[in-house]
Amino acid sequence: MQNTPINYFELFAIAEQFDLDETTLESNFRKTQSANHPDRFISAPASEKLVAMQLATLANEAYSVLKSPAKRAKYMLEQHSIDAIADTNTAMPAEFLMQQMEWRERIEDAKMARNIAELDEIAGELKLETNSLINELHELLDIKKDLTSATAVTRKLIFIDKVCADIDQVIEQLDD
Amino acid sequence: MAYSDKVLDHYENPRNVGSLDKNDPHVGTGMVGAPACGDVMKLMIKVNDNGIIEDAKFKTYGCGSAIASSSLVTEWLKGRTIEEAYAIKNSEIAEELALPPVKIHCSVLAEDAIKAAVADIKAKQAAKAEA
Repeated sequence: MQNTPINYFELFAIAEQFDLDETTLESNFRKTQSANHPDRFISAPASEKLVAMQLATLANEAYSVLKSPAKRAKYMLEQHSIDAIADTNTAMPAEFLMQQMEWRERIEDAKMARNIAELDEIAGELKLETNSLINELHELLDIKKDLTSATAVTRKLIFIDKVCADIDQVIEQLDD
Repeated sequence: MAYSDKVLDHYENPRNVGSLDKNDPHVGTGMVGAPACGDVMKLMIKVNDNGIIEDAKFKTYGCGSAIASSSLVTEWLKGRTIEEAYAIKNSEIAEELALPPVKIHCSVLAEDAIKAAVADIKAKQAAKAEA
């Protein structure tokens, strides 16, 4: 299994598309984890134990990638040898970057003012933006197969994910 | 991760933070972003009629290395021509700040911000020449 990387979608026997059924993903992940649980291999030969352990590790990684829309899109592009977040690619649509800057400034101001309501408001806007990008990715990856546009949208989604994570952290800090 | 003294110095005392008037025909703006870290960088330069950069300001949201890279380039840019500015390489920034390999992309971001700002001022000048 080290030689050919196992496709994450195949691992959970789900169709390789962006718009996936989260319930099926979750339940097939649990099945894989249970089938490869160390308890089942207590008296098995070392080689089988090793394979089960590797599969369980792989399943963890695969699940964490597939359940996140941003990571899932990035992974699907990687299957086509596209690195969505290549260091050398720093060009983003100006209006998107302006919006990022504006969100960052508002988060900073709200943090200083300990204004949780404003932070929730921004989180709500980010959620809306996330949903619209997810819809776009479904269309671009599953229907139009437009990988160039999908890469641009994936970059935006990764950005938004980062802001969401940061805002959650700020809210947590203020809650303490 | 341990930051170099120079990164810490720029991070703790960033030079030239702020904005210039983006509607000023002598001001060029460069905005770039790196999804991997979620960094956003805005660099503004004020260029006089002789093509010399008189002032530079930046605003960066990102890690210490991204802030230090943009702070450093605003210092470097003042007094240079836009051609000299355009020639600044990310490797010079990375070397000056002793950036570790995982942070090289921050210097790439700063280099690209300069190039974007220069492209913007050139576009403004070209538009003015046509008018």
